[in-house]
Amino acid sequence: MNAVSAGKSVARAWLLGGYLFLYLPIVALVIYSFNDSPIPNVWAGFTLKWYASLAHDREMIAGLWLSLRIAFFTACGSVVLGTLAAFALVKYKRFGGRTIFTGMVNAPLVMPEVIIGLSLLLMLVSVQRATLSAFGWGFPERGMLTIWFGHLLLGMAYATVVVQARLQDLNPQLEEAAMDLGARPWQVFALVTLPMIAQALMSAWLLTFTLSLDDVVLSAFLSGPGATTMPLVIFSRARLGLNPSVNAVATLIVLVVSIGVVLASLAIARAERRRQQDIAAAARGG
Amino acid sequence: MKKLRALLAWLSRGRTAVIGLPYLWLLAFFLFPFLIVLKISVSEMEAVTIKDMLAFKDGVLALSLKLSNYVFITQDDLYFKTYLSSIKYAAVTTVLCLAIGYPFAYFMARARATLQPALLMLVMLPFWTSFLLRVYAWKGLLTENGWIANLLSSIGVDHLLLAAGVIPALGKYMNSPFSLVLGMVYTYLPFMILPLYGNLAKMDLRLLEAASDLGATPWVAFWKVTVPLSKAGIIAGSMLVFIPCIGEFVIPELLGGPQTLMIGRVLWDEFFGNNDWPMASTVAVVMILLIIVPLAIFNRYQAQAQEARR
Repeated sequence: MNAVSAGKSVARAWLLGGYLFLYLPIVALVIYSFNDSPIPNVWAGFTLKWYASLAHDREMIAGLWLSLRIAFFTACGSVVLGTLAAFALVKYKRFGGRTIFTGMVNAPLVMPEVIIGLSLLLMLVSVQRATLSAFGWGFPERGMLTIWFGHLLLGMAYATVVVQARLQDLNPQLEEAAMDLGARPWQVFALVTLPMIAQALMSAWLLTFTLSLDDVVLSAFLSGPGATTMPLVIFSRARLGLNPSVNAVATLIVLVVSIGVVLASLAIARAERRRQQDIAAAARGG
Repeated sequence: MKKLRALLAWLSRGRTAVIGLPYLWLLAFFLFPFLIVLKISVSEMEAVTIKDMLAFKDGVLALSLKLSNYVFITQDDLYFKTYLSSIKYAAVTTVLCLAIGYPFAYFMARARATLQPALLMLVMLPFWTSFLLRVYAWKGLLTENGWIANLLSSIGVDHLLLAAGVIPALGKYMNSPFSLVLGMVYTYLPFMILPLYGNLAKMDLRLLEAASDLGATPWVAFWKVTVPLSKAGIIAGSMLVFIPCIGEFVIPELLGGPQTLMIGRVLWDEFFGNNDWPMASTVAVVMILLIIVPLAIFNRYQAQAQEARR
């Protein structure tokens, strides 16, 4: 009995310590964003002045706007490509070069970003030079588009994993039943499959959005003149040392993300409950 | 019959698009760039352009391969040391993540079932807040007067760390091997916990009962049943930490110091500092060669896990 309760308190302590480790830096960032001192980790009273100064921080605001646009397009593209790749992997067990395909889908998850960034940039530069000498017009120009390519490559890998996990848990009989009842393939997809994986698509969208919004290395390699994303602005300041404006931005991001995640999980939980009720009602009716 | 044929025709077209589109995208944006890097790593740099490998000279096709970068990288002590120390830091980080993360995932998976979704959510939540800012936060915690710096100094841990040679002086924690590994463990810990939890939560607990019925103590049952059964999770988690750590750039740049040599930073400096694209490519190619075996292991286990779910 004693051993069991001792084991339980070890478990509790370990979990508590782990969560403390994960969240302590975030808490510290938020607290010191209200610190009225130019030395960001010596407390000197409460202030909101760093937030006020953010409003005039042109560089940061321009970076944020660019990052938000790139993140939006990255999330949309990643979900489309990721869903296709997940379908290919789950529904088609045999096709030419499936092993290479699986490898290429999974590799960006772990591949160091400096390698992905460098190789993608050198490829795009080569393409640009080739088009320049062939048509007198180099494409693609380094900037928002090239950053998007890079983020899409990374986002697609994450989206595939999320959607694939959900597709594998689906009961294939539901799709077969719809097919037997005369639904066309696109109807099966739109009316049966899509509602069942909608939750996964939403998680994948949000995950790839935040990934893109956060990325430093790929953006640094792929950005061009005038295309400075918010993480690049933050990184260039953080490199030089502690900077209160970075803390203020961090706090705003944490705030927005926590609100977003809470709202999204509430919406997902409610949709799931309604779906279960519909299934139960349909079962009673039948 | 006609309907069936139409359906088959649609399916084959749908199938082609479903597989073809992501496939082509990955070939063009993932595989093709590596070939370009390989090519540039053996190319001459001429001012700002890169000389073509194949060129017609006096009517003969000349192939010029410049292998001097590779020769240089094997002979220069600094590169060798940097690769070695990148592997060392990545390995230490992986072991520490496993040591912290395995018990963590284990206790999560054995917590009350109603509590588990919340515990899982709490591990994933930091993913959603900026990784860059969380690394930056450690700068504040570890510089002089930071919370963690004060805590460690007050309980005398700095003597221990200094004796181990991972901090430069008493009370100085930043820009040292200690701060670098701490930052990497902190960043990659969730990548270790999540696959382990996924694995441990699925385990059939009746196997432990059977072990206990056969006379195994909980400790023996843990090492002979639980750990071997979670092998796939251990390997997946370790690769998810080890491979990206080798080429990590942001964490060494923000938390590391002059002595903490990391190859990601060298590549960055060759590219952005020296503008030497062939050398940066050579560094990248050698790095790919280093990670190709762990990458293959990761892919195999990832594929197995994905097929096994069904």
